[in-house]
Amino acid sequence: MRSTAHAFRGNVTGALSDANLQDSLSKLKKGFSERRRQAAERLPEFEALRDAARDIKNHSLANLDFYLETFEAKVVALGGHVHWAPTAEDARRIIGELCREAGARTVAKSKSMVAEEIALNDHLEALGIAPIETDLGEYIIQLRGEPPSHIIAPAVHLTKDQVADTFLAHHGKLGYDKRLTERNDLVAEARAVLRQKFIDADVGITGANFLIAETGSSILVTNEGNADLSNTLPRTHIVLASIEKVIPTLEDLGVLLRVLARSATGQESSAYTTLNTGPRRADDLDGPEAYHVVILDNGRSQVLGTEMQEMLRCIRCGACMNHCPVYGAIGGHAYGWVYPGPIGAVLNPQLIGLEEAGDLPNASTFCGRCESVCPVRIPLPGLMRHWREREFERHLKPSAMRQGLALWRFVAERPRLYRALTGLANRVLALFGRAEGAYSALPLAGGWTAARDLPAPQPGGTFHAQWARGRRR
Amino acid sequence: MSARGQMLDAIRRSLKRGPLTGPARDAAEARLAAPVRGPVPKRADLDHAGQVALFCQWAETNNASVARVGAGEVPAEIAGWLKRNNLPARAAMAPSAELDRYDWASQKLLELRRGIAVPDDQVAITGAFAAIAETGTLVMASGPGHPVTLNLLPETHVVVLREQDIVGGYETVWERLRAAYGRGAMPRTVNTITGPSRTGDIEQTIELGAHGPRRMHIVVVRP
Repeated sequence: MRSTAHAFRGNVTGALSDANLQDSLSKLKKGFSERRRQAAERLPEFEALRDAARDIKNHSLANLDFYLETFEAKVVALGGHVHWAPTAEDARRIIGELCREAGARTVAKSKSMVAEEIALNDHLEALGIAPIETDLGEYIIQLRGEPPSHIIAPAVHLTKDQVADTFLAHHGKLGYDKRLTERNDLVAEARAVLRQKFIDADVGITGANFLIAETGSSILVTNEGNADLSNTLPRTHIVLASIEKVIPTLEDLGVLLRVLARSATGQESSAYTTLNTGPRRADDLDGPEAYHVVILDNGRSQVLGTEMQEMLRCIRCGACMNHCPVYGAIGGHAYGWVYPGPIGAVLNPQLIGLEEAGDLPNASTFCGRCESVCPVRIPLPGLMRHWREREFERHLKPSAMRQGLALWRFVAERPRLYRALTGLANRVLALFGRAEGAYSALPLAGGWTAARDLPAPQPGGTFHAQWARGRRR
Repeated sequence: MSARGQMLDAIRRSLKRGPLTGPARDAAEARLAAPVRGPVPKRADLDHAGQVALFCQWAETNNASVARVGAGEVPAEIAGWLKRNNLPARAAMAPSAELDRYDWASQKLLELRRGIAVPDDQVAITGAFAAIAETGTLVMASGPGHPVTLNLLPETHVVVLREQDIVGGYETVWERLRAAYGRGAMPRTVNTITGPSRTGDIEQTIELGAHGPRRMHIVVVRP
C-alpha cells in the first residue's frame, strides 16, 4: 500500500472529525481491552507465560539462521518448497510466478499483514489474477478499496450500517438485493458469497503466525476458519511469512498460543489454530497437492543485533493498539501505512524509512500502556524514543523545534533558573484566566489550543513549589 | 549469491558471527531434540475425571454442546440430537476405523456417507485425535481416516471424542503426536478447534458460523 505516514498530521485532523470512526473507536475499550484484562486475570500463570514468550522469541532471534535452515530442511524433505525473498519485490515476483505456474485465475487469501506490507493484491491484479480476501473484516475493506485499520480487526473502524451499504452495493449483482440490518444476516451473506469463491479458487495464500523449526509446520490462528478453507480446498497452498516468525519447537508454540489469543481478543483460545506441514500425503483424501513457503526479510535482518531488535519479538496480537489512547482517538488509517498503533510507530520507520514515518514515534504520550500489555514485553515507548533520538541526530526535525529543544535543555539543566522561570510563567498565566479553569486560546500556542484547551494553573504554585511545601499527595 | 545465501548472510552479519557452530549450535540442537516446556497452567493439573469435566465445561463455554454417553449409545445420541435440533438425518462421516466401532446400523433413519465433505453436506461426523481440558479444544489430525474438509465445510460438526483422548494441556498433545507420527513428523494438517467458527469483525460483536461450522456437538464416550 502507498504510505501516507508523511501526512500524519492531516490524517489525524480528518480522523478526529469522522463521526463514524469515532463511534466505532468508542467500542474498543469495552471490547478488546476489557476482555483481555479478564482473560489475564483468569490465568494465574499469565505473567510467567509472558516472560517465557519473550525468552522464546529472544532465543529464536539469536539463532535465527539456524532455525530457518532447520525449518527449510523439514519442508523440503516432505516435498514442499521454500523460497527466500530478501525484498518485498522479490516476494511479489515469487508469488506471482507460483500463481501463474498453477494456472491461477482466482486466489483465496487469508488475511496476512505481511501480504499488505508487500502490496501483494495489487501485484496479483496486475497479472490478471483476482485475489479474494476471505477474512470477513478484510473482505469488507477489500470491497471498499480501503487498507486495514487494525492488525487483527481490519474493519474495526466501520459501523454495521456502513457494512450493510457496502454489501448492498457489491452483492446486488449476485442476487442479494436486500439491505440487511442484522449482524448475523450480514455474516451469513458473506459466508454464502465467499463459500463459492473458496470452491473456485486455484491457489490459497495465507500468512503464518509462527513457523516451527522442529517439524517444518506453519501455524495459522483464526476465529472464522477462513485460513483453513484457504489452505485445504485449492490445489496449491502458498504461505507468506517473515523471517522472525520461526520458533524452535511445539512446546514453544504452546507458550506463545497461550498469550496470543488472550492478549488479542481476550479469548482462552482462538477458534482455529492450524498446523500445516508440507503438501497432502499420498493417502490423504483432501488438502493441497503443492505447498510453498515464501520467507521474507524486507529490512528485518538489519534490525537484528541492534538496540531495536526487540521489535522483532512482536506476535501481532494488537493489544498495544487496543490499549493506546492515541490509537483510540485517531484509529488505524491515520498512521498511514500497514501497521498502526504503537507497534506501527516502531515498525514503520524501519520498513519505509524515518523520513516517511518520523511523525509516528512522536505521536505518543509515553503513557506506557502498550508495554504493560505486550505479551512478549516489547519496550515500545523505549523503541519510540530511539526513533526520536535518531530523528534528532539526523536533523530531520524543523529548525524551530531543534532550537526550542536546545533552549529547553539549557533551562532544564539549571534547576534554579528552571524554577524561577516556571514560577514566573505560572503567575503570568494565572493572570489570564484562572477563573475559567482553562484557556481556549493562547498567544504562540495556537497549534495546541486549536483542538483542545490548556488547563489553567491552579492556586498553590508549580508542582516543585507544592512539593517543597510538603503537599505530597 | 543466491537469495537464500544473501538472507542468511545478512542475518549472520547482524548477529556478528558466521554460521552457528560450537556450543551455541549444540545448545540449539539439544533444544530441538529435547524441547523445553514453558509454564504449564495448573488449571488442568487434575485427575483424569477432573480433566474430562473441565474439558466439558470449557467446551460449553465455547458455544459447543456436550453429551456424555457409553459406547453403545453413540449412534442413538447423534440421531436424537440431530432430530431435536431439526437438522437433517444425513451426514458425511469420517472413514475411520475408530468410528466403525459403533453400531450405526441401529439408527435406520440416519443416512451416512463415508469420505470427504462436499459443499452440499449439512452435517459432518468425525472422531478426534485428542482434546485439551485447559481450554475445551479439540485436536484433529488429518489422514485417510479424517479428511480436513469434514472439520470445515458443513454447518454442523458432530465430534465423537473418547474420554481417554482428553488430556490436560498442549504439552501432552505434542507428546502424543510424536508417539503417533514420530519425532519431528506431523500429519499434513492438525486443526485445533475451540468451539464453532466465529467472527467479531462487525462492531466487535461475536457472531457464530463465519466460514466453518455454525454449531458443534461433542459426544464424549465413556471407555
